[in-house]
Amino acid sequence: MDFKLSDEQRMLEETVGRLVRDTYTFDARNKILESEQGFSTDMWNQFAELGLLGVPFSEEAGGFNGGGPELMVVAEGFGRGLVVEPYLATVVLSGVLIDKLGDDAQKEQWLAAIIGGETRFALAAYEPRGRYDHTVVETSAKKDGDGYVISGEKAVVLHGDSADQLVVIARTGGDADARDGLSAFIVDANADGVTRKGYATIDGLHAAEITLSNVKVGGDALLGEEGKAIDALEATLDLGLITLCAEAAGAMEVACDQTLEYIKERQQFGVPIGKFQALQHRMVEMRMELEKVRSITMLAACSLDAPADLRKKRISAAKAQVGKSGRKVAEEAIQLFGGMGMMEETPVSHYAKRIVMIDHWFGDREYHLGILETLIDVDDHAA
Amino acid sequence: MDINYTPEESAFRDEVRAFLNDKLPADISRKVKEHKRLGKEDTVRWQKILNEQGWLALHWPKEHGGTGWSPIQKHIFEEECAEAGAPTVLPFGVNMVAPVIIKFGTQEQKDYYLPRILRSDDWWCQGYSEPGAGSDLASLKTRAVREGDHYIVNGQKTWTTLGQHANMIFCLVRTDPDAKKQEGISFLLIDMEKSEGITVRPLITLDGEHEVNEVFFDNVKVPVENLVGEENKGWTCAKYLLTFERTGIAGVGSSKAALAHLKQVAREQQVNGKPLIEEPHFRARLADVEMELMSLEMTNLRTVAAAEAGGVPGAESSFLKIMGTELRQEITDLFRRAAGPHALPFLPEELEGDFEGPYVGPEFAASVASRYFNFRKLSIFGGSNEIQKNIISKMILGL
Repeated sequence: MDFKLSDEQRMLEETVGRLVRDTYTFDARNKILESEQGFSTDMWNQFAELGLLGVPFSEEAGGFNGGGPELMVVAEGFGRGLVVEPYLATVVLSGVLIDKLGDDAQKEQWLAAIIGGETRFALAAYEPRGRYDHTVVETSAKKDGDGYVISGEKAVVLHGDSADQLVVIARTGGDADARDGLSAFIVDANADGVTRKGYATIDGLHAAEITLSNVKVGGDALLGEEGKAIDALEATLDLGLITLCAEAAGAMEVACDQTLEYIKERQQFGVPIGKFQALQHRMVEMRMELEKVRSITMLAACSLDAPADLRKKRISAAKAQVGKSGRKVAEEAIQLFGGMGMMEETPVSHYAKRIVMIDHWFGDREYHLGILETLIDVDDHAA
Repeated sequence: MDINYTPEESAFRDEVRAFLNDKLPADISRKVKEHKRLGKEDTVRWQKILNEQGWLALHWPKEHGGTGWSPIQKHIFEEECAEAGAPTVLPFGVNMVAPVIIKFGTQEQKDYYLPRILRSDDWWCQGYSEPGAGSDLASLKTRAVREGDHYIVNGQKTWTTLGQHANMIFCLVRTDPDAKKQEGISFLLIDMEKSEGITVRPLITLDGEHEVNEVFFDNVKVPVENLVGEENKGWTCAKYLLTFERTGIAGVGSSKAALAHLKQVAREQQVNGKPLIEEPHFRARLADVEMELMSLEMTNLRTVAAAEAGGVPGAESSFLKIMGTELRQEITDLFRRAAGPHALPFLPEELEGDFEGPYVGPEFAASVASRYFNFRKLSIFGGSNEIQKNIISKMILGL
């Protein structure tokens, strides 16, 4: 058992850390938020140059061959700067799914385009009726000659507004909530029949409601075997959850640091408010919640090769802990900052928003505790 | 980074398991697992078995008879012991006074006391708290006055855990009443059997148990060679001891064992024909505890691994104390709920090891309410959880 980062992981951490520190200042980020597409193409190109867009892909594909810990390190760094670029949507959720399901030609085409920064993706999986349940898919893909015709609705697709390409999860068989019969397709986001209603989210990102009406795709749009996408989809979503948990850990760390700094400086009744025990204990509790999230995120990040049940148990536990602890840290940060915590101009308010709303991406605390409940008998003896 | 156990660590776990399987007496583990009262004899018998194996002194340096284990090995050992139902080793000798003697004691003190501790010849208890000195320990008043080659000790100690069995007590006493409060304290070892003037009175706790005592000192003569470290430097010993008191404080092993037992109980208990474990509210709380336990275990491992070079964790262990005790208390709360109305019957005789039944309710229910109340102590002793927050606040946050 070893908690230290390897040399390569430390290098990755330093690379992201330097980038965020030097270029992703609060003012720079605010400018990015004001832009129409909601992220910076310059920044994206820098990610590409630094090799960050290839972290989870094999070396043959031009990637870094990274696993859970490597993505964790990158995402923590992004979390510290509240980075809004579509890394999770493109690299993790779409790229990894293409890597898992695609044939050589598909991988060569799309992974190279992702790693090089030329093409951005979004994963259109969740639907209005399913909320956080990715198996509830009513979007259908019907055989049409060599290709397919896809119709359906996708809800709150992360970075779906700006994506060049979509990976659409559609049903080629089975009932509306069956695990069997789910297929993944690459769909041009500007294809005929694709309607996107894009918007900003309250945590600084962008997303879209997407309607697909009789969208025609070729046979080469199908990733992997027809109707058999579920295992790869779940493994990919798990990696996405690890990324989100790590991002939360990074953001929580900064929220704690900023709050600590503030209560050391802010004077009331003639002393720094950090001298008051009522606030000291709350600050300690914030740090305790941060430690829990760091710990369980490490556990989740190192569990990708565990048996599927154990992997899911740990990852859902981590996401549920992020939901519980994140809320506490975010609310307390605002409270300890007092009126200043309510202000848009105060950076901590942006951290608080992101930390709280991470709970609403890909399953909240109750949803993941529900999954944990079904796995309560899975032996967790490995660690 | 790899949180999986190495093959060597897994082999070590197998070795510990085989040992427990072979050497842990069944009558003792049955009492532990069923939460029956343990007698002095049970603890001593188990400590002797551990010592024979060389596995009693987990935290001592190897040259004094310690194991030399890594923090991960200690974690595995504690986890396996809890799962097997091994009794807790009495901490006051082996884990508290011994490290102080090793660090600050004279050669004569080491030669005399350490082997006796390993052999369980002495039953030690802790003379720290006083009626007027709880969280504010340094305000203690028990007085020791030097007269020739003796100290004369007068005063009162309290919350003396299992002092009713003890023949030795280590005490913080005031040797200089005029110095600043931390600077006039000394660390004394007192023989309770041979000394005149010591009275031990039981304190009965809210669960009806006799676990703690008050100890009175009336002109007790203590030889000066029983002073550990320098006179008036006892606070240094006291703080050093507290860091050891907090090792293993997370109680991950016992929480894991307790949660496994709780799940088993919840599968067996029926609510209107269905297992309790399927009842949504209960199940949700169980899942929350499971999640918190995973976080705690990893935090514990991270902390002990980081302290590997330094031996014991520093102020970070205060996080573990708070998290660990809150979780253990939450589990006892769930046990109480699992018993339902049968948490109410209060029949202390059902907790005796030789009680053969019949039980009023389910057997597990006999101890749940009293254990729930007993475990309120966890967030109070060893530095209350509020004191731990003060420590973190000062040492880690710099407030």
